Amino acid sequence: MKIVAPFSPLVNGSRISWSEIPSFAITELVQTTSDLLDKGARLCSWFVLTEGQDHSIVCVLAMDTESLLAIARSEPVQGSYPSLTPRHPQAHLFEREVWEQSGLVPQNHPWLKPVRYILDQAPANAPFFQVDGPEVHEVAVGPVHAGVIEPGHFRFQCRGEEVLHLEISLGYQHRGIEKHLKGGPHPLTVFQMETIAGDTSIAHATAYATNMEALSGVEAPLRAQWLRALALELERLANHTGDMGALALDVAFLPTSAACGKIRGDFLNLTALLCGNRFGRGLIFPGGCRHDLEPSRLGTLLKKLREHIADAQEAIAWFWDAASVRIRFRDVGVVHTSQARDIGLVGPSARACGLVRDVRFDHPAGWHRFSQAPVAVWPSGDILARAKVRTLEIERSGDYLLEQIKNEVPGPISTTLSSPMPHSLAVTLVEGWRGEVCHVAITDHNGLLRAYKITDPSFHNWTGLALALRGTAVYDFPICNKSFNLSYCGFDL
Amino acid sequence: MYIFDTLVHRMRRGCQTMPYPQEQAPALPDRHGGTLRLDGQKCPDDCQFCTDVCPTKALYRDFDNTKQLDLGRCLFCGACLTACPHGALTQTNDHRMAVRNREDLILGKPDQEELRLAEALDKKLRSMFGRSLRLRQVSAGGCNACEADINVLGTIGWDIGRFGIQYVASPRHADGVLVTGPVTKGMELALRKTWEAIPAPKIAIALGACALSGGPFTGHPEHNQGADSIVPIDLYIPGCPPHPLTILDGYLRLLNRLGKNNK
Repeated sequence: MKIVAPFSPLVNGSRISWSEIPSFAITELVQTTSDLLDKGARLCSWFVLTEGQDHSIVCVLAMDTESLLAIARSEPVQGSYPSLTPRHPQAHLFEREVWEQSGLVPQNHPWLKPVRYILDQAPANAPFFQVDGPEVHEVAVGPVHAGVIEPGHFRFQCRGEEVLHLEISLGYQHRGIEKHLKGGPHPLTVFQMETIAGDTSIAHATAYATNMEALSGVEAPLRAQWLRALALELERLANHTGDMGALALDVAFLPTSAACGKIRGDFLNLTALLCGNRFGRGLIFPGGCRHDLEPSRLGTLLKKLREHIADAQEAIAWFWDAASVRIRFRDVGVVHTSQARDIGLVGPSARACGLVRDVRFDHPAGWHRFSQAPVAVWPSGDILARAKVRTLEIERSGDYLLEQIKNEVPGPISTTLSSPMPHSLAVTLVEGWRGEVCHVAITDHNGLLRAYKITDPSFHNWTGLALALRGTAVYDFPICNKSFNLSYCGFDL
Repeated sequence: MYIFDTLVHRMRRGCQTMPYPQEQAPALPDRHGGTLRLDGQKCPDDCQFCTDVCPTKALYRDFDNTKQLDLGRCLFCGACLTACPHGALTQTNDHRMAVRNREDLILGKPDQEELRLAEALDKKLRSMFGRSLRLRQVSAGGCNACEADINVLGTIGWDIGRFGIQYVASPRHADGVLVTGPVTKGMELALRKTWEAIPAPKIAIALGACALSGGPFTGHPEHNQGADSIVPIDLYIPGCPPHPLTILDGYLRLLNRLGKNNK
């Protein structure tokens, strides 16, 4: 436990009393956070808690090798504080977010501008970074993009075709989720959790449900945890397969794109077999799961799963067999391992830079305490690596699912929760298909939500896309973007 | 060898496009339940089991105290079905849900126990769009689930290209706009500009609970509670998200392209 001192240690999916969380003067909090980050911790969340005129900062770190989370908070802060970002760039968006929400200025932050607020109708109106010089020009794309895709604005600084810098400006999708959670949970809360990022419904709903269970001191029945783990892998399989198809489409390799588009739907239909909804809506709630897998349904699931996994692997093998595909992805959109570590990438994007980071393995909670899928890593940091990691994860997820289905646990699928404990904080990390989903819940003296902080993996990873574009050409943007496939609404909240 | 293998794989897979709408529609997943039916006459005057559990207040009492269900607000969570002790609410397993007027999604009164399915476009518009409809999709706060199931219609299993329906990049090439999401304040201007850029005659489709009513975010001031305050909507497709079959039924209904088996 010394390893996280002076922060308080806690494990993923657990509760800590508010008074047990060590509180420091802000300069001290910044300094100790910085020291722990130097020792290899990762910044999971850094957010402001505002009550009346008082602002205080809460910091959640992950010590991956120790499977521990560490938490601390600041005493009320006013005006400004020394920025973490110059030493630890992974804090840059968190500090911008805190500034946007509270006005607290991180001194010496290199690029302080809003994250998602709406200035004069469009969030992109804040000034962009500009490059000057002969032959330098700007390309502006969005918010409405060419395909059926969510909105965001991309501003490229180019010299000829070469991209010198890409700035990504989001906020168009902001629906006010966190703000309206105060005083909750409300009847709509679980539905909002499922639609934070609609393709990650299972991961976000699991994180929320686990937090509420931790706050009330009751664990969901084991069978519910098993069902959640199955649904999480089905979500990963569907999205990874879709991504492989989308990558193939963008390099005009139609056999794989046609097949994967269909197989993605097949995986979504397996989630619908489980709960009626292709995205897993309505399956998970605080206390357990709403639908069970009775023997005949489990049999159908197993049979279809085997077929679809084999289909997906065949279609993806065509992709890797084609030299024209491999050559198009090699050495394009590179994020170096050191950059990935500095900006705090998570999920497949981090694993494609050789970082061994996977919440299922590093911070097991729920069913993953008893069984883990191996972590799939590829070192090269380019689009090829991101496609490779997805391919490996489709294999590993498939194997994992088949194995877990055999290890079915009997028992009830839900339990009744007592009311959440007052003056507490709970943290849950879940490895969604894009990476680490982090939810932090804080309760007030009545056990109602005093604050609820959501960090979608995309919040960490959009900067990775911006870095990947440097030195590539504008026409490489679509394949780079697909190789990350990040969430706009998960970022905008 | 590689090209030969690809061709062999391709032939072995055969045609994977479903025979719908020439043949019967495939069944919805058994736990989906399809659209809902509300027989308000079965509701006792003081009963509020369903209104109490409905998270979006899709169930409410009208001025004359009849129970109403607004499917435009409904997330199809099924809480009301479990709560109702009088058998007033039932699932139909029917995927068909698209309507032309917002009020056609409101159920409960006598002769209005079910939604009133969409009529086709008039003859003139049908002659223009019936065999070639180009849509500009705008996600205005959509969570990517509606968007994903719009995209899935383009895959080989559904192949909406065979009906001449296509999603296009430029609004100048479009015959209409397809809106998802509650229309966040951040996207309001972009949606207005997109709509203005589409040459007339044009149509607008609102897809998913968010675009119809704000969905799970109903009441938040960060958005416009749906698309119809921004653009005039011709087709409403409810669901969270709507099943691809529901979406395709909506398009084909509007264009009068459904086979006689599926009207």
